[in-house]
Amino acid sequence: MNFLFRRTRALEAQIDQFLDAVSEGCLVFEQGVDDYLRRDFESFEERLRAIAVFEAKADALRREVETRLYAESLIPDHRGDVLGLLENLDNVIDQAKQTLGQFEVERPEVPEDLAPDYVALAKAGSQATQHLVDSCRAFFRDITAVRSHIHKVYFFEKEADRLADALKRKIFSRDLELARKIHLRYFCLHVETVSDRAEEVADRLAIYTIKRTI
Amino acid sequence: MTWIYLTSGLILGWSLGANDAANLFGTAVATKMLRFRTAAVVGSVFVVLGAVAGAQGTSRTLGRLGAIDAPAGAFMVALAAALAVLFLLTRSGLPVSITQAIVGAIVGWNVFTGRPTDLKTLGQLMSSWFLSPLLSALIAAALFTLTRAGMRRLKLHLLEADALTRGGLVAAGAFGAFSLGQNDIANVMGVFVRVSPFPESTRFGPFSATSVEMLFLLGGVAIAVGICTYSHRVMLRLGSGLTSLSPLGALIVVLAAATVLFVFGSPELQRLVKACHLPGWPLLPVSATQAVVGAILGISVVRRSGIRPKVLGQIALGWIVAPVAALGIALVGLFVLQNVFELPVSATPRTTAASGAVAGSRS
Repeated sequence: MNFLFRRTRALEAQIDQFLDAVSEGCLVFEQGVDDYLRRDFESFEERLRAIAVFEAKADALRREVETRLYAESLIPDHRGDVLGLLENLDNVIDQAKQTLGQFEVERPEVPEDLAPDYVALAKAGSQATQHLVDSCRAFFRDITAVRSHIHKVYFFEKEADRLADALKRKIFSRDLELARKIHLRYFCLHVETVSDRAEEVADRLAIYTIKRTI
Repeated sequence: MTWIYLTSGLILGWSLGANDAANLFGTAVATKMLRFRTAAVVGSVFVVLGAVAGAQGTSRTLGRLGAIDAPAGAFMVALAAALAVLFLLTRSGLPVSITQAIVGAIVGWNVFTGRPTDLKTLGQLMSSWFLSPLLSALIAAALFTLTRAGMRRLKLHLLEADALTRGGLVAAGAFGAFSLGQNDIANVMGVFVRVSPFPESTRFGPFSATSVEMLFLLGGVAIAVGICTYSHRVMLRLGSGLTSLSPLGALIVVLAAATVLFVFGSPELQRLVKACHLPGWPLLPVSATQAVVGAILGISVVRRSGIRPKVLGQIALGWIVAPVAALGIALVGLFVLQNVFELPVSATPRTTAASGAVAGSRS
């Protein structure tokens, strides 16, 4: 068997490395938000650099995998789906990096009692992406297990929606300047977008899975 | 002169290569799992091997249907089948059955020369037109179910499954090409067996080949030329014509069709079955097209997916048109050969009153 799969092993490893990069990048995102809200800016800067490295690595791996899939005419019947999957997964880590970057640029002043809500929101988004990565791994190796991971992505996305909604209500029920309220809501939206991106990929993955099982 | 007569058989072989070989590699090439060059090389080599191995197998059955004993008669029978396939159907791009065409043309020769048609053999051949797709459908459905379960159990990576399917397509294509050569060489060269221009034995160093083996080798080369020169277009059409097949589905289709061709065309398998004291079956030239269509239907039933009825209907229409057209062309062609070119299309005189009327018109 190894003789047959010698050519594909390297590409399989690259796909796994890409998924690892997305997964680790999203975990770093969660920790970065936590560091910022705890005002540990030194650690936050480190997280920012780390997520940039993961994002760049994911980009490079995605391009390499895409090139090889086309150049070697591999998986012709699922190539389009796999490319779509990788590109949309890449958008998730891009979004996480972008959000963390906005914390650095805009330095929002988050009231201390609201910090745990932001952290919980970032954690829900991160968990959604972890289950998304698991479902993508299952898509490549064990198609029957995809569903059991995808439903967790949807669960954490809904959880993120619920937390974001509660946080926005809290923000606007406060006696703060309107500009600050809008600024805080803006960051709430940005942190929430990570889970939205994960949900978009999960939707695509569900269709790709149906196509593969027919 | 006999060599010139063989040209119609060679055209028929070319046509078989262009059409029926496309059945074996169509989906694999259309989905870009295999390069056409790879498919053409594998197909050509194995079809020639199968053709030589198939000497005296299915051609005996066609010999019983009509023992064509004059080179001009054999020429016209093969030409009629080739013309029916080539001009009526190949130009439409749809794969058609040469098996039916040659049977129609032989029956045409029987009718023209007043020879009785062996109804038992004709019945066997016609029943194979239904049996072969049915058997192919059953094999494909069973293989598809087993493969799907196996793939789920093995949990191969998508890329590993792709590599395995790719290798399988080459192996199945080689088996299919061998079986095609073994089974369908009778359609191409079977009518020339009694009038072969080759000596009883031809030596190639330590090897020797009989007259029939040389004849079938020539036919195999003609099929290979058909594969290399014209099958690409038919492959692309077939790959997207009847139903959308995955590469794994295509592999199963080729395996099922090749198994049917092998079962109906292999003298070795026959001997093995008889040695085990099991009931045998006649060796029959069966249509690769029908076997492939049967296999696709079998998979579609398991998958509960749709078949495009229009394309299926066109293919079924081809099965009827091919023998009828070949019979008609054979009658006209034999009449022209005998009455215009004054060539004997049969070594022995006619026996029926109906043919006597034709003979009378000639004099």
